[in-house]
Amino acid sequence: MTATLVVENLQTHFHTRAGVARAVDDVSFSLERGEILGLVGESGSGKSVTGFSIIGLIDPPGEIVGGRILFQGEDLASKDEEALRQLRGRRIAMIFQDPMMTLNPVLRVDTQMVEAIRAHEQVSIAAATERARMALVAVGIPAPDERLKAYPHQLSGGMRQRVAIAIALLHKPDLIIADEPTTALDVTIQAQILELVQRLCRESGTALIWISHDLAVVAALAQRVCVMYAGRIIESGLVDEVIDHPQHPYTRGLIGSLPGQNQRGQPLLQIPGMTPSLLNLPQGCAFRPRCDRASDACSVAPAETRHGGSVLRCHHPVGEGA
Amino acid sequence: MNMRQQVIEGFRQSPFALAACAVTAIIILSAIFAPWLAPQNPYDLAALEIMDNRAAPGHVGVDGMRYLLGTDGQGRDVLSAMLYGLRTSLGVGVLAGLIAIAVGTALGLLAAYFGGWVDALVMRIVDLMLGFPTILVALILLAILGQGTDKVIIALVLVQWSYFARTVRGTALAERQKEYVEAARSLGLSHRRVVFRHLLPNCLPPVIVVGTIQIANAISIEATLSFLGLGVPITEPSLGLLIANGYQYLLSGLYWISVYPGLLLLVTIFSINIVGDRLREILNPRLQR
Repeated sequence: MTATLVVENLQTHFHTRAGVARAVDDVSFSLERGEILGLVGESGSGKSVTGFSIIGLIDPPGEIVGGRILFQGEDLASKDEEALRQLRGRRIAMIFQDPMMTLNPVLRVDTQMVEAIRAHEQVSIAAATERARMALVAVGIPAPDERLKAYPHQLSGGMRQRVAIAIALLHKPDLIIADEPTTALDVTIQAQILELVQRLCRESGTALIWISHDLAVVAALAQRVCVMYAGRIIESGLVDEVIDHPQHPYTRGLIGSLPGQNQRGQPLLQIPGMTPSLLNLPQGCAFRPRCDRASDACSVAPAETRHGGSVLRCHHPVGEGA
Repeated sequence: MNMRQQVIEGFRQSPFALAACAVTAIIILSAIFAPWLAPQNPYDLAALEIMDNRAAPGHVGVDGMRYLLGTDGQGRDVLSAMLYGLRTSLGVGVLAGLIAIAVGTALGLLAAYFGGWVDALVMRIVDLMLGFPTILVALILLAILGQGTDKVIIALVLVQWSYFARTVRGTALAERQKEYVEAARSLGLSHRRVVFRHLLPNCLPPVIVVGTIQIANAISIEATLSFLGLGVPITEPSLGLLIANGYQYLLSGLYWISVYPGLLLLVTIFSINIVGDRLREILNPRLQR
């Protein structure tokens, strides 16, 4: 059976006046049916651009300059705009970060859902409305008939994100790309949404890419995780393995900077320095200037190597002795 | 609170704007119902009594008819001519305004949404249009197109669409950054649906404001053109043409032929502008206290 999604050596660059920003540089990963993959990284590490590249929504000055995106065996990077439009919303759906902003403020919920259905299927408005109602029920929205007639500003944040998820699931897509969908929600709602998404993906066999900067959320949700830094995946593997035994110094730094119960009263660990500008990346390993294990070897970019169950880009992984 | 409630509430708080609203409504209604309101049909030459020409306001004619605002050089009732003239003025102004809104809004949206060379092309044409004095452009256009009501409307649209294009582009550029546009695209909607179904309604409030003021402006430009003899044909005189017809009598003391149509024009434009200003105060979030 072919994998739902295989991304091979994806490169997405932004041609700006100040130079070429390598937002995504040589990123590869794959996703099986029903699998949940976490994509973690700081702001500007290229995780959202990776998501937008897959769904084909990179606008100029951005451009996919290399690599392949195989969605059920078809290369999306070589498809034209109309073919991509046919895929979007039907076979690949997206959920966005801010539920306040993803629904159009001047259109009623039913209008937006019916439109989403009729963009890909020729059904009557009545039939589409009934399907929209069922979709709202499926994501646990009480009194769906009232909600259908509501404008987005009449719904709470959590409710709106549920509507957004319902819209993403309307055509039973094979892949959902969720770009930080719980970041703007408070913690209890966040937990409900996580549980909901997990259940829906398990039931429908939908593969999910969960983009987040929150390791804790990814740990609770995903089976595998890719950690991105400056446009590259620097460590990927099973979630438990990566979180319990981080091998890349950056991943270790990220996990070490999370507050835990044992360090009460102690200052949190932090990674020195700042994320480098994508326009002016350090030569070799992009993390070199901030890394306590860096050596001369690091001025040459490390290739992907397999260490146990994980894939790393590091010359001096943790646990190998400095 | 939705937009409609917001607008109603905003007008309630300002008695002055509310009065302007009422005056505008009365003016529009009298234009629509002019044939029923006017004491005389000013186009029907057989109904005119030449003996009553240049009669002062309040004059009672030979057939017993009372001319409230006097008569002109042909014995035409000034009040009736004004009501019919208002009809022409408003009709031309509103129609030209609406077409200019449609054209300008569409081009502004496309410029903002697609950016790049589309944006550059549309906005350079807008800059060019805004760089010339409106009346001059309209005069040149009419000299080329020739006379007629339809030609006047074309000229007004051509000088006014650029205001809407620029306004809409500015708003649409800001709206385009919002996530709902990206979300609409991620649903697989076509560009046309994203632009006209999702982007357009969110860009409408400033269009309503600029539209109101530009309709008043169109009425005033049309009056100017008619006064200069390049506007609507003399068989269907607008307020501007009535003013032009009467102004040669001004120095002989027959003020009413010119002054009353002038006053009506003034009140019309003034009250529409007040309504437009109030709308701007209500719909512009930066002006809200």
